[in-house]
Amino acid sequence: MQTPAPFDYERASTVEGAIASLAEHGPEARLIAGGHSLLPMMKLRLANPEYLIDINDLGELSYIEERITEIRIGALTRHHELLESELLARRAPVFRDAEEVIADPVVRNRGTIGGSLCQADAAEDLSAVCAALKAQVVIRGPSGERTTGMDGFYLGPFMTAVGADEMLTEIRIPLRAGAGSAHEKVERRAGDFAIAAVSAAVWVEGGTIADAGIALAALGPSTIIVSRAVEALKGKPPSEELFAQAGEIAEEDCMPVPDGRGPVDYKRHLASVLTVRALRRATARALQQEA
Amino acid sequence: MEVKITINGQEVARDVEPRTLLVHFIRDTVGLTGTHWGCDTSNCGACVVLMDDKPIKSCTTLAAMCVGHEIRTVESLERDGQLDPIQMGFHEKHGLHCGFCTPGMLMTTRALLDSNPNPTEAEIRTAISGAICRCTGYKNIVSAVRWAAEHEAAMKQEA
Repeated sequence: MQTPAPFDYERASTVEGAIASLAEHGPEARLIAGGHSLLPMMKLRLANPEYLIDINDLGELSYIEERITEIRIGALTRHHELLESELLARRAPVFRDAEEVIADPVVRNRGTIGGSLCQADAAEDLSAVCAALKAQVVIRGPSGERTTGMDGFYLGPFMTAVGADEMLTEIRIPLRAGAGSAHEKVERRAGDFAIAAVSAAVWVEGGTIADAGIALAALGPSTIIVSRAVEALKGKPPSEELFAQAGEIAEEDCMPVPDGRGPVDYKRHLASVLTVRALRRATARALQQEA
Repeated sequence: MEVKITINGQEVARDVEPRTLLVHFIRDTVGLTGTHWGCDTSNCGACVVLMDDKPIKSCTTLAAMCVGHEIRTVESLERDGQLDPIQMGFHEKHGLHCGFCTPGMLMTTRALLDSNPNPTEAEIRTAISGAICRCTGYKNIVSAVRWAAEHEAAMKQEA
């Protein structure tokens, strides 16, 4: 029987209260939302928090809202809500692509976007999604709020910019003209970790790629943003040759390790193929030519 | 800590450790052993119960997190000696062999029919993609859910 080690438990009723409690109980305190990453790690003693602060009652952190220049997603928004959101499907379809293949429908009823990002598992899909979309995240602490881009969010495997007494409260997806996005994943079976996954976003203006975002999951120690491929795409008209070039760069710049899901050369091959597919689909969506 | 949860319409209050998982609370503390405890890693789906009408994996949920919520287990399906159509479907179409995955399958597919009364085969297979059966190969389970959907629609029309 797998049971977590003993801990004390508290249910937060406000964001401020949760943050105050984190500050009071120090680095051995953890927030718990869906718990579908934290509880398995606690069962295996990979995580041993002494104090759990349950934030599931913080309904104020559960929303998907469209503003003029961005979509704001509350950290407690659950996977099934992201999957079902027509707003996201219309403005950032990469979310629906990813959510269809994240865990399984039952797990998606509990897991949250904030928990997924803060878990900082290199194989986690939403980290790649948010990185490709150049999302900003809002982090709240005892002394107020700050925002950071996804490029500064991951400090390493399972490590983020969120401090011990801080909380991720919101994800902001910028809305720009000519946007298209897509997520491609290969997994062994429903609910398994990805063998490899790629998120891509493009912003097409006047027939050329004005900007792009490419992020890889399960292909290195953390989510990998393929900046070199993005630079190669910028200012050029989209074409199969260009996508192939970006795929080659992703293949070179990824850092996979061999494991039960496949050897390095296979994973590098997937990095290339999935980058091409994601860019192809993202661009078709940007040009409203998706088959 | 005192954990007070509504299970199958009845409020249950017990003093348990905060680390008590919902599946053990249901089975060992309350004594409702219909919910099965399987892989313990949220992979197999044998422990699925409904929380506020949505299926969740009770091996990866703390009992403490369910305070103030409504939990439904497989024991709630039969009413006044009458099996739920989903149970009848599994019976009619041989949707089980050993029966270990069955409580989770029943609750997962009950929730599916509640939100989508006429699911396609693809929708059924997606819904149960987080539930593992090592006996039937899923074909009979899919048939059972279709049987339940058809009969439930017919029963509603008669009523």
